[in-house]
Amino acid sequence: MIGSTLRRVTPQLLILGVVLLMNLAVFPGFFTIEFQNGRLFGNLIDVLNRGAPVALLSIGMTLVIATKGIDLSVGAVMAIAGAVAASVVTGGAGWFTALLAALAAGLLCGLWNGILVAIFRVQPIVATLVLMVAGRGIAQLITEGKIMTFLNEGLIHLGAGTVAGVPTPILIWLAMGTLVTLIVRHTALGMLIESIGVNETASRLAGINSRVLLVTVYLVSGFCAALAGVIVAADIKGADANNAGLWMELDAILAVVIGGNSLLGGRFSIVASLLGALIIQSVNSVILLSGMPPEFNLVIKALIIIVILVIQSPTVKHALYLLRASAGSAVPDAKEMGRNAPSAKETRP
Amino acid sequence: MKLKSTLLASTMALVPLSALAADKTVGFSQIGSESGWRAAETTVTKQQAEERGIDLKFADAQQKQENQIKAVRSFIAQGVDAILLAPVVATGWDSVLEEAQDAEIPVILLDRTVDAPDDLYMTAVTSDLVHEGEVAGNWLQDEMAGADCRVVELQGTTGSSPAIDRKKGFEMGIEDAPNIEIVRSQTGDFTRAQGKVVMESFLKAEGAENICALYAHNDDMAVGAIQAIKEAGATPGTDIKIVSIDSVPDIHLAMLAGEANATVELTPNMAGPAFDVLEAYWADGTMPPKWIQTESKLYTLEDDNQAIYDNKKSLGY
Repeated sequence: MIGSTLRRVTPQLLILGVVLLMNLAVFPGFFTIEFQNGRLFGNLIDVLNRGAPVALLSIGMTLVIATKGIDLSVGAVMAIAGAVAASVVTGGAGWFTALLAALAAGLLCGLWNGILVAIFRVQPIVATLVLMVAGRGIAQLITEGKIMTFLNEGLIHLGAGTVAGVPTPILIWLAMGTLVTLIVRHTALGMLIESIGVNETASRLAGINSRVLLVTVYLVSGFCAALAGVIVAADIKGADANNAGLWMELDAILAVVIGGNSLLGGRFSIVASLLGALIIQSVNSVILLSGMPPEFNLVIKALIIIVILVIQSPTVKHALYLLRASAGSAVPDAKEMGRNAPSAKETRP
Repeated sequence: MKLKSTLLASTMALVPLSALAADKTVGFSQIGSESGWRAAETTVTKQQAEERGIDLKFADAQQKQENQIKAVRSFIAQGVDAILLAPVVATGWDSVLEEAQDAEIPVILLDRTVDAPDDLYMTAVTSDLVHEGEVAGNWLQDEMAGADCRVVELQGTTGSSPAIDRKKGFEMGIEDAPNIEIVRSQTGDFTRAQGKVVMESFLKAEGAENICALYAHNDDMAVGAIQAIKEAGATPGTDIKIVSIDSVPDIHLAMLAGEANATVELTPNMAGPAFDVLEAYWADGTMPPKWIQTESKLYTLEDDNQAIYDNKKSLGY
């Protein structure tokens, strides 16, 4: 299992390595990690820490995309969850109550999306667009359009605190990623989700309860978004309904795509998506450390990402395979072909 | 209608001193409640109108130009004496402004200007973004008094006019001080979260001990950056001087704690100068200049930040 996962995520690991080296090139002290003020302090820690919201979103998004769906509402759900947590905690409740309330709000949003997609058969992009637009308004209603600040240490700890020197957000996304991966890979759940993405009608005819599964993946996505929203709010000690999670749904989808997952559904890898999230954050880090004027930010990001996506495209993969084949033995044996040829890979069960 | 005119007449009889403005009705088309500052602008406008005995008709456009155009048209139909307009966008105002002109109702633009011939409105009351940056730069120059200073800058949203102008203004403000150098400048998108993230990278790239001051294009980014500085183990306000713009309540709270040093106010009182102009116009037909610049006041640690904070909070920030 670990071996096959490693083989699956090799391209993502290589890309991450290259982007990290780019960081080293613009800033020689990039890999230095110090222990300072009771916490790990360094650029690598920042990448893991700042990548937390997109990493969390990409976990839920991977499952949704595996069912051939998409969840555009995650950024708005983040804003709602942050607003709920802030208003509960400023109302005098404890941090744990606030966290539970925020997660409940996230699950409710997920349920709404899931019902629209699974029961009412609204196309996912349209169904989740509703909440993407309306959700931010809901969050603004909760915060009354202001940045709702709070001073509850427990809640702040979730975003800006550390556990044994490690920033809490890192532990949260690592735990969530591990949990969801174990659940979907140690049960048949992952395969059932993939089957819906490949052919929903056939899966249903084979006896899979696709409606329940569809609602579930949107619930997971809402839950992950709520966690991300709480982290973002806790980090700045305030719920900023206008800006929290703004456009982050696009970064989450990008993370899933960089992770080599097809937007057409089917086979998925959460680990690869998480690496995708780290790649995006490392690219952001290159831009910040390079000291280039901000006018170049988006251009640099776009260039790096285009290169990453082109390298991963089936055409380039196939060309690389042919190159390797002609460089080695004239005709690769069947086993080799089964492992490397992209066409063979995609049809593997 | 009859009741209304009797009421109006009785008010006039009761307060003959402020009779000049007291019998006037002014329509105010506000953008919406996009930020705390705008909520404060609305509150101050209502206060100013009440103080002067002006009957203010308020319309919230909820960030939509069509709602604003509708509101202005209804003000014209009601025959108000003047219209205050805080335009949500710069273009598309010509025809409705012409309608107001045909009805001989003066229009005053608040906070933002429009792309229309300037004879279509009476005047525009706005702050000078370049000047705001310059005030911040001058403060830092005085504060440093010739000592060497490496400054990091948190810019507003790339390409937005406040970001461009506040950057330009600050550079003008430190022009005569070769000891002050901007070593890093990056956008924080005017938000707390990005302000914190970008400041973190500044602190790592330069080292906290090599940064002497932070200039943020708005207070929210400065508030985020203060948290980043604290987490990096330095003392904001002492190790790293912090100057920003806007004067929102939370920065005064930070100044109370000694974690920020100065802020340049973007005053929410745009209506005061507008009403002054209108009163002069109604009294003897004085036409104002086409642009009225509001004051960009500097607040430092020497001011009573607790009182400022309480006052700002009461305005609805």
